[in-house]
Amino acid sequence: MSFLNFLISGISLGSIYAIIALGYTMVYGIAKMLNFAHGDVIMVGAYICFFAVSSYGLPPVVGILGAVVVCTILGMAVERLAYKPLRQAPSLAVLITAIGVSYFLQNSALLLWSSNPKMFPAFFTLGNAEAGEEVTNSLRLFDGQLTISYVTIVTIITCLVIMIGLMAFISQTKMGKAMRACSEDKGAAQLMGINVDGTISMTFAIGSGLAAIAGVLLCSAYPTLVPTTGSMPGIKAFTAAVFGGIGSIPGAFLGGLLLGVIETFAKAYISMQLSDAIVFGVLIVVLLVKPAGLLGKQMREKV
Amino acid sequence: MAKLVPIPSDSLIPERDINKAPILECINLGITFGGLKAVEDFNLTIGRTEIAGLIGPNGAGKTTVFNLLTKVYQPTKGTILLDGMDTHGMDTIKVNRAGIARTFQNIRLFQDLSVVDNVKTAMDNQMHYNMWEGIFRLPRYWREERTAHERALELLSLFHMEELAKVRAGSLPYGAQRRLEIVRALATNPSLLLLDEPAAGMNPSETAELMENIRKIRDTFQIAVMLIEHDMNLVMNICEGICVLNFGRVIAKGSPEDIQANPAVIEAYLGKKKEA
Repeated sequence: MSFLNFLISGISLGSIYAIIALGYTMVYGIAKMLNFAHGDVIMVGAYICFFAVSSYGLPPVVGILGAVVVCTILGMAVERLAYKPLRQAPSLAVLITAIGVSYFLQNSALLLWSSNPKMFPAFFTLGNAEAGEEVTNSLRLFDGQLTISYVTIVTIITCLVIMIGLMAFISQTKMGKAMRACSEDKGAAQLMGINVDGTISMTFAIGSGLAAIAGVLLCSAYPTLVPTTGSMPGIKAFTAAVFGGIGSIPGAFLGGLLLGVIETFAKAYISMQLSDAIVFGVLIVVLLVKPAGLLGKQMREKV
Repeated sequence: MAKLVPIPSDSLIPERDINKAPILECINLGITFGGLKAVEDFNLTIGRTEIAGLIGPNGAGKTTVFNLLTKVYQPTKGTILLDGMDTHGMDTIKVNRAGIARTFQNIRLFQDLSVVDNVKTAMDNQMHYNMWEGIFRLPRYWREERTAHERALELLSLFHMEELAKVRAGSLPYGAQRRLEIVRALATNPSLLLLDEPAAGMNPSETAELMENIRKIRDTFQIAVMLIEHDMNLVMNICEGICVLNFGRVIAKGSPEDIQANPAVIEAYLGKKKEA
């Protein structure tokens, strides 16, 4: 039964990685850049939600929506101010800029909200304390042998809904097709009347909006919120994106889930301290065997 | 073959287009890269429904002219009037929406998209629904997508490709990829279609079919076609006016017969006749 418990919490952690990884993979696929500031957008989203709910007493739904809106705008602003002027620059310059933006966001958060950890409120509970009911945050099955927290359930469902919605959006709407066209050939797309800048901006908007949701879910599961909250999950999600094949949306999903499950099992059965090393070790092995990632496309050199 | 009638700006326009405003006028168009004058003093007028040819030896600047017309490069000199409208300051997207569409010398399809999706991406500006209508599948999404889909299939059927609609574009045979590029360009609703070496790599029977198709496009849509091509058989057969470039300059303009007899053209292609 403990195996099942670990599996479920691994899938839940993996779902969060998957949602974050989508942001990396979409931006890479379309703008051909690694947005290392993506992890910090998660942190901003979590803070916005935290303040909306804890300081202003707004309902959680409003807090989450607020976080999504702020992060979407933040993502588009970062793209407009930091990355767009570098559209023609070598990719190394863009990479360094992304790292710079990451530090900028972390340190701004440090200045604005201090380094004191904030306790993220628990949203996903059932039962009304004021009415004298028992407040529970998890589902107990098989006489308490299997405990699944509501956050876990919400996370997994959210991830599935996002995945299905995004796949449908990408394959069936004109914006999605414009994104795929831009990811293949920006020049040709532009000559067919597709607004490439608008499409890239929209990609950042979607990725950052998803990052906000991931931030709320992450902090609901691990409720300590500090300005560096986003960086480790950000790097893990980047790993997940590479693992699944960067640029591929199903790849991000698969990579995220696998990474979450491997990490949880490594923590549970091998070693708490070595879990990260094991995760990255698996990544190295996969890349040695399949350099493009699990679902990645083998790149052909253009002659 | 349409007779060419001289009109003031030293241009060649088929007789049927004489009384209509030309679709394209280039006036002293030029671009320099560093010190190199890639194209200089390029003057050309193309009629409403003309099929025009742009020929010249390798490196003469033919594709550069296309890149100037589509604003892949901004001209450093001169004016482009599209349907009487100055395209100065417009970018690629604006020029495309104003009516210039093109294909590429080396095929640049969206390989991973299906054939019909390739055509539909080019209809981006003709589908009017926003992101939310797309996400939540509101009625307008269905209506606009269906219209676009039907139109895409209609365009494909023109080239007998409707049954290939769901095939991945990258897996099509070469000739079909070339045809699809033309269909994709047509989907943007151009009034001037630029074809960059449409017959490259085609066998004679495919080239013959292509000639039919180019005429069919002109007749069906009543648009102008301008093509760069090395296949002289094709050029001389379907073009009504031909412009010859060499080292970035126009060395001759005229009907196919004029061009074939023009000593400057023969010299550019074959070199100078040795003096006896």
